[in-house]
Amino acid sequence: MSKMTFESFDAYAQPRQQAQKWIRVGMDTGGLAAGAQDVYDALCRARDKSGLDVDIQRTGSLGYAYADPVLIVGSDICPRIVYGAMTPADAENLIAKLGHENFMLDDRVMAMRKRSVDLKGEDQVVILVKDTSTEGEDRTAFYQQTIQEELAVHGLADKVHVHRALDMRMYNRGLCVQLLPSGVTYADLVSPDLRRIIKTSLVDKQIVEDLLVDVLDPQDRVVLRNCGHIDPDNIESYLFAKGYTGLKRVLSRLSPEEAIEEMKQSGLRGRGGAGFPTWLKWNLTREPEADQKYVICNADEGDPGAFMDRSVLESDPHSVLEGLMIAAYCIGASKGFFYIRAEYPLAVERIQRAIDQARDKGLIGENILGTDFSFDAEVRLGAGAFVCGEETALIASIEGRRGSPEPRPPYPSVKGLWGKPTSINNVETLAAVAAIYENGAGWFASRGTEKSKGTKVFAVTGKVKNSQLVEVPMGTPIRTIIEDICGGALNDVDIKGVQTGGPSGGVIPQKHLDTGVSYEDLQVLGSIMGSGGMLVMDERDSMVDVAKFYLEFCVDESCGKCAPCRIGGYQMLKLLDQIYRGRGVAGNIDDLRRICHCMQNASLCGLGQTAPNPVLSTLRYFEDEYMAFIEGGAAYARKMKKQQAEASMAAN
Amino acid sequence: MIQEIVKAKINNVPVEVPYGTSILDAARMIGIKIPSLCKHQDLLPTAACGLCIVKIAGQAKMQRACATPLEEGMEITTNDGELTSIRRTVLELIISNHPNSCLTCGRNGNCELQTLAGEFCIRDDRFKRYVPEIEPDKSNGSISIDFTKCIKCGRCIQVCQEMQNVWALSFLERGIKTRMAPAGDIFLAESPCIKCGQCAAHCPTGAIVENDETATVWRALRDEEKYCTVQIAPSVRVALGEEFGYPPGTNLNRRIYAVLRRMGFKAVFDTNFSADLTIMEEATEFVQRFAHNKGPLPLITSCCPAWTDYMEKFHHDFVANFSTAKSPQQMLGVMAKTYYSEKMGIDPAKHFQVSIMPCTAKKYELERTDEMFASGHQDVDVTLTTRELARLIKQTGLAFDELPDEDADSILGEYSGAGTIFGTTGGVMEAALRTGYYLVTGENLPEDAIDIQPVRGLEGVKEAAVDIKGTIIRVAVAHGMANVDKVMEKVRQARERGEETPYHFIEVMACRGGCIGGGGQPYGVNDKIRSQRMQGLYNEDHDHQLRFSHENPEIKRIYEEFLGEPLGELSEKLLHTKYKERKVYQR
Repeated sequence: MSKMTFESFDAYAQPRQQAQKWIRVGMDTGGLAAGAQDVYDALCRARDKSGLDVDIQRTGSLGYAYADPVLIVGSDICPRIVYGAMTPADAENLIAKLGHENFMLDDRVMAMRKRSVDLKGEDQVVILVKDTSTEGEDRTAFYQQTIQEELAVHGLADKVHVHRALDMRMYNRGLCVQLLPSGVTYADLVSPDLRRIIKTSLVDKQIVEDLLVDVLDPQDRVVLRNCGHIDPDNIESYLFAKGYTGLKRVLSRLSPEEAIEEMKQSGLRGRGGAGFPTWLKWNLTREPEADQKYVICNADEGDPGAFMDRSVLESDPHSVLEGLMIAAYCIGASKGFFYIRAEYPLAVERIQRAIDQARDKGLIGENILGTDFSFDAEVRLGAGAFVCGEETALIASIEGRRGSPEPRPPYPSVKGLWGKPTSINNVETLAAVAAIYENGAGWFASRGTEKSKGTKVFAVTGKVKNSQLVEVPMGTPIRTIIEDICGGALNDVDIKGVQTGGPSGGVIPQKHLDTGVSYEDLQVLGSIMGSGGMLVMDERDSMVDVAKFYLEFCVDESCGKCAPCRIGGYQMLKLLDQIYRGRGVAGNIDDLRRICHCMQNASLCGLGQTAPNPVLSTLRYFEDEYMAFIEGGAAYARKMKKQQAEASMAAN
Repeated sequence: MIQEIVKAKINNVPVEVPYGTSILDAARMIGIKIPSLCKHQDLLPTAACGLCIVKIAGQAKMQRACATPLEEGMEITTNDGELTSIRRTVLELIISNHPNSCLTCGRNGNCELQTLAGEFCIRDDRFKRYVPEIEPDKSNGSISIDFTKCIKCGRCIQVCQEMQNVWALSFLERGIKTRMAPAGDIFLAESPCIKCGQCAAHCPTGAIVENDETATVWRALRDEEKYCTVQIAPSVRVALGEEFGYPPGTNLNRRIYAVLRRMGFKAVFDTNFSADLTIMEEATEFVQRFAHNKGPLPLITSCCPAWTDYMEKFHHDFVANFSTAKSPQQMLGVMAKTYYSEKMGIDPAKHFQVSIMPCTAKKYELERTDEMFASGHQDVDVTLTTRELARLIKQTGLAFDELPDEDADSILGEYSGAGTIFGTTGGVMEAALRTGYYLVTGENLPEDAIDIQPVRGLEGVKEAAVDIKGTIIRVAVAHGMANVDKVMEKVRQARERGEETPYHFIEVMACRGGCIGGGGQPYGVNDKIRSQRMQGLYNEDHDHQLRFSHENPEIKRIYEEFLGEPLGELSEKLLHTKYKERKVYQR
């Protein structure tokens, strides 16, 4: 294959020749676990049988974990329609219908995320309908009928199709409809409104202003820009999505110093959890003189419930590689490593393929794009120890030593991998890096809050309707994420709180859910941003149990090197267990706080220093729950245990 | 340009320290002790225990004093109510993971954890004790490990891996299950352990201790059938005093003879005598190889049993380069049970020979090969370390500091200054060169050249070129196995390239500082104490009338009356041994 040059990019700037009809199946780990491979195979079989001209591609994840397997259909009727909860039978059905004008599947098709407030004078061909109220029985089918009848009145029955949506992307908004292809959406409807909508919007092609949902989807996909849209196994697909144009721009126009300055302007801070300014980390690694420097992509994602990084690695591997290369250019490194946990085999496979393809294209190797910059990358597997996400432990692990943290200083930026200056950046950070150089620092910095710029990806799980990946600008209220994007509480039990930051974070109670997500604001509440885990808990969850769950994780994952973490975590867990079994005494709370204080100050690394956070934050907001266990004794403990067992039965 | 001096304040006291000095060391310089259970002055900080946290003005997080260099303008608080409270909690946590068995512990009375618990007035168990049961490892004859007493400070592992490059010990598992153990979870006897005992010497608690054989010695002394004699090694005399309140380096050899006699030993010998004997054999061997091409160069010393074990495992391609001369301990043992027994009319079968050594590997050396039974019996029956001797003395109840000074028994008691300095790194080389010079030239080194300064001191590898009347002998002295490896590698590379050997003669001692820093010496050693102990030996050498092994009258006599000549038939039979390749792992 011929090596790419600066000029080669022009070819990718032209619109790509696309098949008239195409289907992209989300085949990341989550999709595959839900049966995406079967769906893909069924699609191919049905296509081959029918002889229909449709291009079926594999892609990564759109992030809608709750709706897996997910696929996108592109056609002349609607540019992109997302289908969820697909089965092989649905796939055959889809192919069968795809030859016709109307190929929507009831209860599979999802409303468009980008809502429009303008019909643009187009003919609308599909109405999606869903009853999103959580009380009473689901009347979606009834409304579907009503709309069809009303359409018939206007003689539109053949021209406009009505379909029940799988997901309206609006929740607790009563009856909702979305018109396609425009994306104009109406909510909180009552039956008579349907008549007005059909008359005004379909016949007269006007907006019904008072029913219109004019709040646009708060999601803003920077890191996830390509996820679920491109073929992660094909570098061409990434190049057509403007991939490597950030690298091209850096190599052709910016000195390392200028590039670091641009990173400074963007305000990007490390997305691994601590929020250290990325430009500063690069600068500190750039400064020391050394014959060799390294960049490492930290892909040792390990927080329980977190799958942001996995999704990016599996869905858009080249963006991470591009980010790593730009980092290498900025600090003067010629060698990079991806440190990926071995439990992510698909991510490993796709990153490795991305490296190989980039090498074939001359995008990594000697004199990249004809410049003086040379770079190569390798994948190293982690054995799944949580602590190996800590920088010094990660370095030890790559070097083949026992993965336990080392005292700092010296910092890795001065003395890192094999004693050489090393910059370690997280997956999400690097994916953002590529986007920043593609679109400019200002583009990125225009998002977010004053001190926390840009967007952040969250993996929302727990007692929430739609477990999924969400990417929002910094400063977006937690409530917006939980309720507007993820559909609010599961089972309609009130939300008690949201745990952010994984085992290093804390619980944010219901009353503080209007707080915007940013490094600073979450810290004020006793939690942290962390890597982006967000676990929703409802009124039936015991906070003592939640604290115990996270602490158990940290105790299990403690490397055992320093005494405060190794023994402190264990003793705390014993105390929590004692309390949770109804055997606690009043002094236990003091002892817990005492160990927390000790671990926060005397533990060697971040794991130990932050392990007490879930305990401290639940003590801060829910001490009464601890006291209830202590005062209520064994009888209360039994009652709570039973209640929780029932709740989890209900949830399943 | 790196700043050379850092000015800062610790507890409001201005300090000036060299750039790179840790807060812990800087505080120590102005008399402030910051507690730590993991940091040892010999070792880089591991930052494991968490006790040495301090506050730095302007920094939100507390920092570990051991691992944080003092920086210009820092204002450090080493102690306040909060720090004390956190340190106390750390201690309480460590204690909750440690058996409460101080009374029956090998470190009772000098345990660092016990001392701190006392200082912090820990009077009850705040946290429930959790000490998983793990069988102790007593497979190794020199040291034994009680894993339950390990506080995971990591010193032994650092010592074993970094100082000694042996890698017998490592951490296994993680979290609360973390444990120190022979790497691969095997018995210590199956591991690459070279028995140097540096792990025991650095352990803050009783997790690794020497195998105490004081009871065996008492049993022998009580046995009327047995004729008990004893020898003391060069370096014991300048270290034992530390156990009795003397400054390091105080030479108490004559007091030790006295106390040993009062315990019931029939004769007290000095290993310094046999150090002279070793020199006679080894210097002759060197001259044979160097001047007469009888054997390969470099000649490598072999009086350190930890080193010979290491060599047989890791450098066995140099077996032929080893001096076959036995160590002084073994030479004295065989002389005692042959020459001395014969002369005094003692049945060698009933002669019970005890050696007092700075070393745990000497316990292993007793039965190392068949040659250790050259007298027809086990040449030395029991080895006690300096620490065991101190306990033995304390058990007698004798007022050690009030005893008179006495002489060692003759014969096997007289020694030269060259024999004394065997106890320090560089000493064997210096002693051998003094006699080698004589053997080559027929005359002694001039007065002002007797002290061979380039081979003295604590530098890890010392090199020198010694001029013997126009012939240059290139020598190297290494101590601490990691340093030794560098020297061996240099020699190996030259050999592989077919170049001339970079050295003619190499002295190796396994422990830092040599025997004065041995694994069986009193606890708490650091380079300052090593230097003081060293100085104690050099002082004795300097003040000694005899400075040359070949001038020791008892040595002359033993060759005349018994052995014949160095490397003669009887000498070869009694005073020499063999080496062979050994497997690194014994399973």
